[in-house]
Amino acid sequence: MNFNSIKAIYKFEMARALRTIMQSILAPVLSTSLYFIVFGAAIGTKISTIDNVSYGAFIVPGLIMLSIMTTSVNFSAFGIYLPKYNGSIFEIMSAPISAYEIVIGYAGAAVSKSLLISVLILFTSTIFVDFYIKHPLLMLFLLILISITFSLFGFIVGIWATNFEKLQLIPLLIITPLVFLGGSFYSVEMLPELWQFVTKFNPIFYVINGFRWSFFGTADIAITTSLSFIITFLFICLIIIGLIFKTGYRIKG
Amino acid sequence: MISVKKVTKVYSDNFYALSNISLDIKRGEIFALLGPNGAGKTTLISCICGLIKQTKGLIKVSNFDTLKDYRKTRSLIGLVPQEFPLDSYESVLNTVNFSRGLFGLKPDDKYIKNVIQSLKLWDKKNSSIITLSGGMKRRVLIAKALSHNPKILFLDEPTSGVDIQLRKEMWDMILQLKQSGVTVILTTHYIKEAETIADRIGIIDKGELILVENKENLINKFGKKSIIIEFGEKIYEIPDKIKDFNCFITNDNLCLVIKKLNNNNDINITNVIKIISKLKIPVIDIKTEESSLEDIFLDIISERVKGEL
Repeated sequence: MNFNSIKAIYKFEMARALRTIMQSILAPVLSTSLYFIVFGAAIGTKISTIDNVSYGAFIVPGLIMLSIMTTSVNFSAFGIYLPKYNGSIFEIMSAPISAYEIVIGYAGAAVSKSLLISVLILFTSTIFVDFYIKHPLLMLFLLILISITFSLFGFIVGIWATNFEKLQLIPLLIITPLVFLGGSFYSVEMLPELWQFVTKFNPIFYVINGFRWSFFGTADIAITTSLSFIITFLFICLIIIGLIFKTGYRIKG
Repeated sequence: MISVKKVTKVYSDNFYALSNISLDIKRGEIFALLGPNGAGKTTLISCICGLIKQTKGLIKVSNFDTLKDYRKTRSLIGLVPQEFPLDSYESVLNTVNFSRGLFGLKPDDKYIKNVIQSLKLWDKKNSSIITLSGGMKRRVLIAKALSHNPKILFLDEPTSGVDIQLRKEMWDMILQLKQSGVTVILTTHYIKEAETIADRIGIIDKGELILVENKENLINKFGKKSIIIEFGEKIYEIPDKIKDFNCFITNDNLCLVIKKLNNNNDINITNVIKIISKLKIPVIDIKTEESSLEDIFLDIISERVKGEL
């Protein structure tokens, strides 16, 4: 394992995050606060509890998931897309570094940034609502697992994208709507039967509910189902990345 | 140092970017790869550096296979690309340090400082790349390529778009690198560049390596010398004794031009002078002209276009 190379990519990416600290760190905190004001203060007064959890606390895992998924995908996708865009990918591809070391460097930085933001959101949430974490170790495990999975997914998006529009397409037009429709701000049981059925085809629904279970010990689906789904998605991403480097898809002639 | 054996690169549209190329590059030499646009120069470099995977053939660097032992071969190579692929908002020092780390080496402030200083960029070490001139960016790319102390340096069009002063400085730098034991392979459009600094020259066209020669041998073998005799009066006929030579009278009828290959000793200038002196036509000047590497390159390419080679 070439640790110096991984460290170089990781440091370079983290420096990029620091250069855009306002956009990277403060924006998610501000938007979370706004969600609490809108959803917690306005809608929360109409909905008392869901599964004996106050509405304000109920949306905390959903908000963290919203941020962690979009940050992981965006940061990782941008990380690998930018060298492709400005041509500096030649340096990475000509360095004595393996495909998986490259992925560890880029995805590692995206995971770090996502975790940092999730911790900030968690602390911001405590200002607005009282909540508890029933399974803190599982919550931490899921947080890391989901960050890794979506950072890998972002890496694939970054390789696939051939322009900035495509780079934004999946995070904005697929991930964000799926997060909103996947039960971030409501329980699926609150929906009509047809929409409950449709929601079960939303992959993000399984991720959010697994994470929510680690907070409150209750969710719309079993934790094992969520875990199985996340791990399967992780392996699918790893297989696709393996194929990308094997075939040189959009990175090698 | 580098051994390229029967390397072919075919793209999906059945375009042969490289056709059965074989080439050996010696340790410590400066090898110039010449060729017109789209000849395959960059493709060949990219295959050796691992940016492109060859369709067929074997490439070895220091006896290591570039595909199987890519970590060993790549750690020996530094590459300066043709364009300016740099992160605009990164500082010079950070981007050079990044390159060193990427090649698996621990930070070495002293070495990096030496590299940046030798390229006259130390006063710009904290400047963002976006604020630098084209020549400075080119030097940053060289600093990045040298950051891991490579034994082989590839320079893809190193002096394109730089001014004469900087070009000369770069040539000096390349010669210094050679003296320090670095093998330098450069592609260039400036034939003068190859003529000035290269030890050996390879000419590539349409994916085929046409020839590889020592620079002096190439000039001797393919170079042409012209003997130009300027007369005080017009002449209308080539003297009998030199009619068999490749010669002609200029349009103004005032000069006789005798062309010879550098390696052709049949035409002796002393004999030519003797013959001319017998003509009793006043001679104003006798001068010789030798073809440059550029002339040779153009001759070879144009002959190839005509299908004569």
